[in-house]
Amino acid sequence: MIPLSWYLIFSAALFSIGLFGVLTRRNLIAILLGVELMLNAVNVNLVAFWRYGDVHNIAGQAFAIIVFAVAAAEVSVGLALVISVYRKRNTVIADEIDILKW
Amino acid sequence: MTVDQIIFLIAAASTLFAAFSVVTTGNLIRAAFWLIGALFGVAVIFAILHASFLAVVQVVVYVGAIAILFIFAVMLTRKDMRDQGAQLNRNWKFGAFLSALVFAGLFFLLRGWGGVSKTAAAFPSDFDAVAELGGALVSPDAYVLPFEVASVLLVAALVGAVYVAYNHK
Amino acid sequence: MDFLKDPLQIAANWLFGILAGWGVADLWAQVLIGFLGIFLLIALLMVVDILLVWVERKVVSRFQSRIGPNRVGPFGLIQPFADIIKLLIKEDTTPEGADRALYNLAPVLSMMSVLILWAVVPLAPTILGVDLNIGVLYIIGAGAIGTLSIIMAGWSSNNKYSLLGAFREVAVMLSFEIPMLTMMLIPTIFAGSMGIAAITQAQDVWFFFLAPLAVIIFLIAAIAELGRAPFDMGEAESELISGYNIEYSGMKFGMFYAGELLHAFTFGSFWAILFFGGYRFFGLEKVSAFLAIAVLLFKAFIGYWIIMWVKYTLLRIRIDHMLIFNWKFLTPVAFTLLMVTAFMNALLAASPTWLYVGGMFLSNVLVAWISLELARFAAHKEREKTENTLTADARR
Repeated sequence: MIPLSWYLIFSAALFSIGLFGVLTRRNLIAILLGVELMLNAVNVNLVAFWRYGDVHNIAGQAFAIIVFAVAAAEVSVGLALVISVYRKRNTVIADEIDILKW
Repeated sequence: MTVDQIIFLIAAASTLFAAFSVVTTGNLIRAAFWLIGALFGVAVIFAILHASFLAVVQVVVYVGAIAILFIFAVMLTRKDMRDQGAQLNRNWKFGAFLSALVFAGLFFLLRGWGGVSKTAAAFPSDFDAVAELGGALVSPDAYVLPFEVASVLLVAALVGAVYVAYNHK
Repeated sequence: MDFLKDPLQIAANWLFGILAGWGVADLWAQVLIGFLGIFLLIALLMVVDILLVWVERKVVSRFQSRIGPNRVGPFGLIQPFADIIKLLIKEDTTPEGADRALYNLAPVLSMMSVLILWAVVPLAPTILGVDLNIGVLYIIGAGAIGTLSIIMAGWSSNNKYSLLGAFREVAVMLSFEIPMLTMMLIPTIFAGSMGIAAITQAQDVWFFFLAPLAVIIFLIAAIAELGRAPFDMGEAESELISGYNIEYSGMKFGMFYAGELLHAFTFGSFWAILFFGGYRFFGLEKVSAFLAIAVLLFKAFIGYWIIMWVKYTLLRIRIDHMLIFNWKFLTPVAFTLLMVTAFMNALLAASPTWLYVGGMFLSNVLVAWISLELARFAAHKEREKTENTLTADARR
């Protein structure tokens, strides 16, 4: 049988990889890809705790569904913003979108 | 080592490899396709955890919609299909250090916690997780309010995305 | 246990006995028998697929007043095999600047997305890959992999035509997925389960009589999902040459082609399963499992025939008309129908069968009539507007 720790370590690793992507990528879309990885790591944790706790308490799965909805909303608004920024500034590199720093 | 342990290790290793490729590969469309691989791996993990509904929803929502959206967005925001210049910013060493630190912190936190080596009880054979989840999502005693709020959030995101991305002339 | 009723279980038990006699461990024997079952199913599908090539070519030629393949074998029946040999000995080309890994992966995924659909199809009461309790969602999930294979092929070919074709095809597939999923929820409401086997079992009255409008909307959405005419914008021959699969040659193209044909046949069978009782036909399925398979294949061929009929009769629709048709007409009608069906189902739950069926049928007719009237009203207004601008232009 698989101990709970395997799932938790897997999701911690996935979260850290996503964090690395968010912190280091220059392209806005690549940053959003990293955010997706982090959200998925959270979902793995939620479902693992549902399975290893009382399965009749369905909260873990219900929260995972809510996370799906939030991820879909985040991606649609995020990509719309990226496309809008690309139209105005002609770039999607995060460092070059610095008009608020002036 | 049992069969399900081996399946878990293969799924987890390929998911982590795909995730690592997402954040390091230079070609952004390749990165989006690697993301699909990683999300598939997570769906397999859900299936191993007996959350079959979530596994299929993961494929439908992420692979069928979100990943395709990413690929479209990558193609819409460039003049030619090649990627020029560095893909990582100046502080990438600091970022790597920070994420390694987060992983190490979580790892030692888990080491110190007693419930971590717990194994799951056998899955009850007559337990229908889909029916239970469906009931919980529409029952006033459980999660009907978060569910409705999530749907309102989705509608708001849809309208907002159309408004933001619309080409005002 | 009767051999006619459950042939696969008896064969599996027999094999299991032999393997146990050879000293194979129980677990490995089960794994081996499972794999043999999968190979059997895929072999059956491939034979049907080869037949479909012949059926498609013969039927299209009849629709166009031609004779069709008639040289190789009786009625040209050997023609598909000649085609396969031709495809196999063709040069396998890869375009300059293609993304090799994705380019080679796309046709495999395209074929795979169709084959894995058959894992949940109940061929007979006792013959069924796996009884998932989320079968309807699984079908949509497999469709997502098909969408992925198209955008993969379009992008990795490094060709403007194929990328344009993939964009159009994916836009259409993503849009029409919504009415299709909504229509699949209607049999789910009637059967009280998302499992395909349970939906088949629940059809003492074919769901066609309970939801005739859903049958039509599902057919339209399925044709769009397949990317067949009149929704074949993805591979519009006259403007995009062949769309997303333009750069593929030899057996890689063959896999796209065979996948497309089998996909159409698969949706014919889902149409039969969800709305026309699947393998059930006046108790014939209880006599023998083989009869049940024959009934299902017959119904699936009728569905496939209707899809072909539509394809070779109608003209291609412009892409913006196609998407407007989906978002402004089909999706609202589908959502309305779903709500009406759920409401009527709750209202008539305790009533006798004739009242239930009649009420459901009438509510469907009412929804169809109202939505068609609204569409006609909108079309009249649109036409008046266009005519006004046209006459204004002419006066100038």
